[in-house]
Amino acid sequence: MTRSLPVSGSLRNRLVLTLIGGAAVLALLLFFAVRNYATQVAQQGQDNILSASVASILDAATIREGKVEIDIPYASFSMLGTSSDDRVFYAIYQDEALLSGYSDLALVPVSSDRLGAFQTISFRREKVRLITASRTLIGRDGRTQIRVSVAQTQDELSGTLDQISRNAAIFGTGFFALAALLSFWATSTTIGQLNRLTTSVTRRGPQDLRPFEKPVPAEMAPLVTSLNSLMGRLNHSLSQSEDFIAEAAHRVRTPLATVRSYAEATLQRVEKEENRQAMRSMVRAIDESSRAAGQLLDHAMITFRADHLERQDIDLVELVQDLVMGLSPIAEMKDLELQLDSIGPATYSGDPILIQNAVRNLIDNALKYAPSESTVTIRVQGVPRAEIKVSDSGPGFPEDELGTLAARFTRGKNAEGTIGSGLGLTIAKDVAMAHGGELVLSNNVEGGACAVLSL
Amino acid sequence: MRGLVALGLLFFPLAVMAQDWEDQRLFENGSPAQHLRIISSTDTSLFAGVIESFVARNPDVGVEYLVTGTADIDRRFRESPQDFDLVISSAMDLQLKIANDGLALVLDDVIHPAWAQWRQSLFAFTAEPAAIVVNRAAFQGMPIPETRQELIEAMRAKPDVFLGRVGTYDVRQSGLGYLFATQDARASETFWRLMEVMGALDVRLYCCSGDMIDDLADGTIAVAYNVLASYATARVDSKDAFEIILPSDFPTTMMRTAMVSVDAPHPEAATAFIRHLIALQSSEESDAFPLPLLNTTQNDAERTTIVLEPALMTFLDALKRRRFLAEWESAVIQK
Repeated sequence: MTRSLPVSGSLRNRLVLTLIGGAAVLALLLFFAVRNYATQVAQQGQDNILSASVASILDAATIREGKVEIDIPYASFSMLGTSSDDRVFYAIYQDEALLSGYSDLALVPVSSDRLGAFQTISFRREKVRLITASRTLIGRDGRTQIRVSVAQTQDELSGTLDQISRNAAIFGTGFFALAALLSFWATSTTIGQLNRLTTSVTRRGPQDLRPFEKPVPAEMAPLVTSLNSLMGRLNHSLSQSEDFIAEAAHRVRTPLATVRSYAEATLQRVEKEENRQAMRSMVRAIDESSRAAGQLLDHAMITFRADHLERQDIDLVELVQDLVMGLSPIAEMKDLELQLDSIGPATYSGDPILIQNAVRNLIDNALKYAPSESTVTIRVQGVPRAEIKVSDSGPGFPEDELGTLAARFTRGKNAEGTIGSGLGLTIAKDVAMAHGGELVLSNNVEGGACAVLSL
Repeated sequence: MRGLVALGLLFFPLAVMAQDWEDQRLFENGSPAQHLRIISSTDTSLFAGVIESFVARNPDVGVEYLVTGTADIDRRFRESPQDFDLVISSAMDLQLKIANDGLALVLDDVIHPAWAQWRQSLFAFTAEPAAIVVNRAAFQGMPIPETRQELIEAMRAKPDVFLGRVGTYDVRQSGLGYLFATQDARASETFWRLMEVMGALDVRLYCCSGDMIDDLADGTIAVAYNVLASYATARVDSKDAFEIILPSDFPTTMMRTAMVSVDAPHPEAATAFIRHLIALQSSEESDAFPLPLLNTTQNDAERTTIVLEPALMTFLDALKRRRFLAEWESAVIQK
């Protein structure tokens, strides 16, 4: 009955993937932004020290007796000391001529009296940060330009950057993990609403077509509204068809009674044996139709009452006793004995009319199939569970049909030649289910059918 | 031209070298497969024990120990770093510049305190203060000076006793002398006054601690300024004539450093030697080590050794050096 629907993707997966993907992108952005910023700050730190160093060397330049002298302060290089012991290179030029320092350090042209731009260059197979600045000295013989370059390797800087990168990576990973957890949580809460609706739809009984009234999230409201309206229409058309059947059955039953009484009367007057036989068959057919119509009416009534179950306290023993008394004449006609066993009082809260109807159908069945001069036993118990058990010593239910016999208009293979509509067990089952119970069909070990209506 | 010299060195290495070294000795334990060439400023007599214990533990390695002055070490090593495995020198500034110039091998897995090494390539293994060593005989009837200031006063008081009988390094020749002088000059103006007084007393200038102590021992000079206390201590055991003064006004303490050449022919054995040196230096029994140990218990504030930092290159700058030497000459060589 439940055919699996074709599925296109999963909302949960789509949500989780989108959220986690977003988190991953954000975490990566965070990592690179932090690292980039840290690089700038760290590089700024080194640049500041380098420019202070170069400024202090330039500041020490003087012209004495026409010769340039530079008394490099000890601090100029001392301030460049790092815990990674970065290498330091420098060069001092007067105009274009090297005065002292590393002659292979690139001479970077700069405009006068301005701190030169920083550069990262490769020097002696290592990456160094280089700054060049110049100063113009005015001596007796005119102007001369002093240019100083100071370079430092970047071991300390890259160490700092590695550490910052590690921290940023840990931070980014943590952020990602947290976001992933949050996205799982958010997804399952969102999908949870759908699951809850699904569960409440699944849990409903087959006859329950009431609209959903529990509050649902705004996004799901249109779905639930459509569902409610669909169920409303379904309910309407169902009750219409039930009404139609009841009406039809009712309409058919009354004329049938008339036809039967005419047929009975005619039977009395007809003398020819073959005509009498025909009339008897006619009466029999009319009985069958009439019974079917009656049961259809019963069924419609039960369906209605089951939808609007009104419980009241009833004594099951008393109820069954009344039934047994009512059915005793029929039993006697068939030379059958109805035996009622009851174990103590059995009080139950339910709809007496429905239960009565169900039990009558079960006893009816037993009476129909039980052989002459046998006993039909009806057992009533209240504890641990209200239960009415009807067993006979007839042929029993066909073993392979036990599960399907209670369906509408289904008759057992051995039922041919017996009057019946196929609705009796259906009614009993519907009543049991309306009370939250079940109808269990089985065969007695010593032969005969056994039907248990547990409520 | 250089090619010719190199060719000559190739053909007659021993002949050429033998004449040039102050001292040269081969240490072997059996017949080793390889020979470490160590160029050093430390006298063989002081360092022999260290090398002997090394070859005892590493019989497959022999050591050729070559001694020369600190300035000469710098010159020779820079000329041909592939000829030497290890460089040991007391001139910290020259050593640091060699390392800074990338001529020292980085030994990442040698463990040594940060203040006693630079760039994992230059390793300090002694802490040796510069001392004033005086001949007791010359100071008879006078208090032994405790500071540079007291030394100045003593020399001013009796110029007749000290004329021509004071000695110090010729900083133009000696790398260690230049290091001590520049560090003294950084520390106090007293240094310049002392130099002027010594200059007035017609100071004798020496290339090395050894010569200075020899002259002090035979009474040629009465006062030696900025001599290595360790060298003097080595003699004090036999002679009571010296008084070694560690000036209490400010100490100048040098750390002897070792490094492996970046082009060392035997880098593994050379690294093993550095490890050996550090292990000996930090071992509990100080008898195993002939030179003053690094004081590893001091904290950074208490430490008085010259700091291993790029600033040591300041006084090696050509302009700065020219200026310093000019000042020194005008103070010391008064003509």
